[in-house]
Amino acid sequence: MNRLETILPGMTLSNPIIPASGCFGFGYEFMEYYDINILGSFVFKGTTLEARFGNKTPRIAESYAGMLNAIGLQNPGVEAVINDELVKLKKCYKKLVIANIGGSCQRDYVEAVTKISKSDLVGAIELNISCPNVKDGGMSFGTNKDVAASLTKAVKEATHLPVYVKLSPNVTDIVEIAKAVEDAGADAITLINTLVGMRIDLSTGKPILANSYGGLSGPAIKPVAIKMVHQVYKNVSIPLIGVGGIMNARDVLEMMYAGASAVQIGTANLIDPYACKSIIEDLPKLMDELKINKISDIIGRSHI
Amino acid sequence: MNKEYIVQLNTLIADKVYKMVLSGDTSKITNPGQFINIKIDESYQNFLRRPISIACYSHNEITIIYKIFGEGTLRLSEKKTGDILDILCPLGNGFTINTNAKKTLLIGGGCGVPPLLELAKQLNKNNLKFDVVIGFSSYQDIFLEEEFKSLSNTTIVCTLDGSYGQKGNVLEVIKNKSMIFDYYYACGPEKMLHSLVKEGYNGQLSFEERMGCGFGACMGCSHKTIKSYKRICKEGPVLMSHEVYINE
Repeated sequence: MNRLETILPGMTLSNPIIPASGCFGFGYEFMEYYDINILGSFVFKGTTLEARFGNKTPRIAESYAGMLNAIGLQNPGVEAVINDELVKLKKCYKKLVIANIGGSCQRDYVEAVTKISKSDLVGAIELNISCPNVKDGGMSFGTNKDVAASLTKAVKEATHLPVYVKLSPNVTDIVEIAKAVEDAGADAITLINTLVGMRIDLSTGKPILANSYGGLSGPAIKPVAIKMVHQVYKNVSIPLIGVGGIMNARDVLEMMYAGASAVQIGTANLIDPYACKSIIEDLPKLMDELKINKISDIIGRSHI
Repeated sequence: MNKEYIVQLNTLIADKVYKMVLSGDTSKITNPGQFINIKIDESYQNFLRRPISIACYSHNEITIIYKIFGEGTLRLSEKKTGDILDILCPLGNGFTINTNAKKTLLIGGGCGVPPLLELAKQLNKNNLKFDVVIGFSSYQDIFLEEEFKSLSNTTIVCTLDGSYGQKGNVLEVIKNKSMIFDYYYACGPEKMLHSLVKEGYNGQLSFEERMGCGFGACMGCSHKTIKSYKRICKEGPVLMSHEVYINE
């Protein structure tokens, strides 16, 4: 028996650890550090129909227990992802990957999803309706329940793959949006994306980020993520993937207690390229300590 | 790749500028101009690692030279001999020595001077002759002058305020002195690097950028180049002069 096994729509994971989109590139470069086949799965860099260069630099600013980023969905476009990135990935990765797809309009999302769904390496689509760093699209699809639902429905019709919808925490009522995408056919919900924030350089008096605002990630946002997973778990019946500030095995269990079936690790990978490997190795020891037999037993335990 | 390095020395060598010697694995370093990424401590106060260029290295030691700019480098300056640091080493591409150059010039500005030291040592080891121009704000900011003088044909030091050496920035001094060279290696402020590119000289330039990870995962440090984009941490920090894109 594999104690770490957990199930997501369309994918049975050998463990709940999934590097988050934008913090793991297209995976293969991490082979320099460890065999990425030990991961439950991973979400590749947010991909759009056309190539995007992203925002001007500086794109990164530090803050206590976290960082701000304003990358702006830099990616080579879905065709190049299929023809170059996934070809390189396939040489070293034998599991299924989750494709994070962004866009500026419904047509772009649908077309990109249709294309990426043809890849046999992709096990699920993660719909990015929560990127705070692009002017057109991204988060604007995820802050209105009707727009989020309509896009989810359109994407569901365009693919045979399960669709996970990644939500933004920058909303008045996360439950309302979660319910709307569930009703529209979402197979799972990933939450949360980054919280919008800002830093100002005291010597220049100007914003540190060229984009002025960016997304805050890291341990600073973990309690917000735990709370939103907890809140949404109570109100929907589809699986949740918890993400936000997870740094170690203890954080993983906390997120699963809140209601997550699996977790994504983002910023921790940037501080320590071995973060996911360490967490996977630490989980069984911590489970012994807490007398947890199977990790799937604890999903939503805080609600009982 | 991330390993423990032990602080052997951490000493002030110019105004707010420290030289730190670290003992540990240097076997993966391939080129001068590569950098290391240092975890300041285990707290989340200084959350991201600090990328700092390798000034020089031996079979078991790395020397870095850094200036206190903020909280992270301030904490770094307080490290004591014997302290252990978690470091990713080496990162980035570094300089590639051009053996065809006839008259080589090393150009450094302020905090961009350190990575040129290892380059100077390796040029010297390969019996390749070169001159050096290094610029600082003022007299109290100058470091590595003696080291470069002993390795090069000639080393010119300049200061912006004229308090030592030639007055002016490195580019003005190169022009005023009508220095002749057919190849250069440069590291310094972006403005200085862009000026060199605009002058049309042929060479290699090491860029600086705020980084998230330092090893290619986050796209935080991407620079547009003539043909594509490059991550300063991964395909950089050294770019060839003909590929540098200047957006004005």
